[in-house]
Amino acid sequence: MKIIRYLQVALESITAHKLRAILTMLGIIIGVAAVLVTMGIGRGAAANITARIESQGTNLLTINPGASSVGGIRGDSGSAGTLTLKDAHDLMNKDIHPAISYVAPEYSANAQLVYSDTNVRESVVGVTTDYAIVRNLIIASGEFLTPEQVESQSQVVVLGSVLAADLFDNENPVGLSLRINGQPFQVIGVLEETGGFGRNTPDEKAFIPIGIAQGRLFNAPRYRGDYTITTLNISAAGSGQVESAEKQAEMTLRLNHNLTADQDNDFNVFNQASLLETASDIAATLTIFLGAIGAVSLVVGGIGIMNIMLVSVTERTREIGLRKAIGAHDNDILMQFLVEALVLCFLGGLIGVGLAYGLAAIFAQIPAFTFTVLIQPDALALALGFSLISGLVFGIYPALRATRLDPIEALRSE
Amino acid sequence: MVNEPVIEIQDMTKVYQMGDIKVHALRGVSLEIQKGEYVAIMGASGSGKSTLMNMIGLLDRPTSGTYKIRGVESSKLSKGQLADLRNQEIGFVFQRFNLLPRISAQRQVELPLFYAGVTSRKSREMARAALERVGLGDRTHHRPDELSGGQQQRVAIARALVNQPSLLLADEPTGALDSQTSLEVMALFEELHAQGLTVVMVTHDPLVAGRAKRVVTLSDGKIVSDKANGHHLNLAAWEAAYENH
Repeated sequence: MKIIRYLQVALESITAHKLRAILTMLGIIIGVAAVLVTMGIGRGAAANITARIESQGTNLLTINPGASSVGGIRGDSGSAGTLTLKDAHDLMNKDIHPAISYVAPEYSANAQLVYSDTNVRESVVGVTTDYAIVRNLIIASGEFLTPEQVESQSQVVVLGSVLAADLFDNENPVGLSLRINGQPFQVIGVLEETGGFGRNTPDEKAFIPIGIAQGRLFNAPRYRGDYTITTLNISAAGSGQVESAEKQAEMTLRLNHNLTADQDNDFNVFNQASLLETASDIAATLTIFLGAIGAVSLVVGGIGIMNIMLVSVTERTREIGLRKAIGAHDNDILMQFLVEALVLCFLGGLIGVGLAYGLAAIFAQIPAFTFTVLIQPDALALALGFSLISGLVFGIYPALRATRLDPIEALRSE
Repeated sequence: MVNEPVIEIQDMTKVYQMGDIKVHALRGVSLEIQKGEYVAIMGASGSGKSTLMNMIGLLDRPTSGTYKIRGVESSKLSKGQLADLRNQEIGFVFQRFNLLPRISAQRQVELPLFYAGVTSRKSREMARAALERVGLGDRTHHRPDELSGGQQQRVAIARALVNQPSLLLADEPTGALDSQTSLEVMALFEELHAQGLTVVMVTHDPLVAGRAKRVVTLSDGKIVSDKANGHHLNLAAWEAAYENH
């Protein structure tokens, strides 16, 4: 195999000029490391955002009351007050709503929570047992509300992790009692931290049986004899069924609320999946943007290779002349310089990969960096492939220059 | 001497175009060199001897005339065929050795074999044999900067010999060496000649040329003398003259 011998010649020449080789490779090393780290940061950030959104439930639909519309005057969002427990119960009918697997109504309001001399005002949410499933809540200690506790309207509470820490410091709150708007509640569980963000994070909320929230605690308004709710959480039967679930829920709610075809919905549906999609779109754009910046440095590195290879051709004029005199064909010279450029670029690419992993490891040690730099196989292939291509593109011109040298002139040169 | 020409040159001319001026480097040279001859080509600078050497070495093409090397007419050959012919038939020795930097003597000598497509195991053996032939069997792993000038030139000669060429073509082979080392290198050429190798040496130094069996002198692009050298047999006197000059 002749190519193996060209490789041998290239390696010989590289080891004979180590410093020049390293300087040549520097651009590619930095370029490849830059591509990998910037794309890794983009992807790490994307994975982080996706994980945070997914922590709130992937197949989640949330329905809130819409604006009231009386005599053509629209009220505030949520002012309609037409979303009721009856709606929630109707949506639980699997025959009519095959795309809906869980329905979890909630009634939330702010309340004063007091334990010994600690006093905070936080969101207290009346929920059912399924709420934990729909919202992906995980219990850190104790248990979540049982169906019996919800049914019997027991005065028990489950606390979000941050809220529990605020109220109880280092104490284990499970089994202890606190007061919500003056009424005693026993803590039966504490949630694991979700790390979710926005006002929807469960970390700072308290969860109680929905009946108490609507009745004794907040005295919720009624609509056609049923208690209203503030939010309806729906879990679709699968990630592919979110849209059908949305349609089925919308149909039932419009029927329940006696809306005619020309009337708008008196409720709003939020789709977690579309939020996720938007977030990953943004993340993909970010990754491409960062990768493009890295790619520019790779191109600059390639030009550096061309530069030094051209200098090297000039410097090695006599060598080229000698090789031609003793029988090298033009192709041999072309291949020699091309393979040398390719080997330099590939070695530089490999070193760049090592450097990128090193930088990723350093980033991992920085506490302010909340996400990992994700270096994935396709990015590796892209970076190494790109460095090989730049070796080919930027190596071909110097190699052609070397090929065109006249052996007599080349041997005569100083 | 057997009548087996290695070099047959007929009416060779070479004209270089330098801007508007035409330079006649060779003005009709005819030369025949037989197998086993030891020929020195002499001449002042500008006499055309370098051009003639490039022609003999197949590094350049004549403007007119023919050149056969071992019976092969060279004027119609492609660049690649000329490269192969150089590789197979001609061993080059240069004034400044032209060794590759930082590469062992062994690898230097293997270089022509690489272009000849010889397998690496065989080329290792052949290179070692060639280095032994020039008396450097114990220096195979030394790099040029670890060798003296004379040793470097001997590596270059080993490189020229390794393909068993029909012609050893030397361009001022002692030009970069001191007189003592020059004598060693000259002795090596004579030894190779005695073994039957055809040697053609280009030089401007009459004392170096005096060691050859035949001296061809060029002037102004023409051969002005071509005679056998019979008077150099008193080697001791010659060496004394060389040392003093």
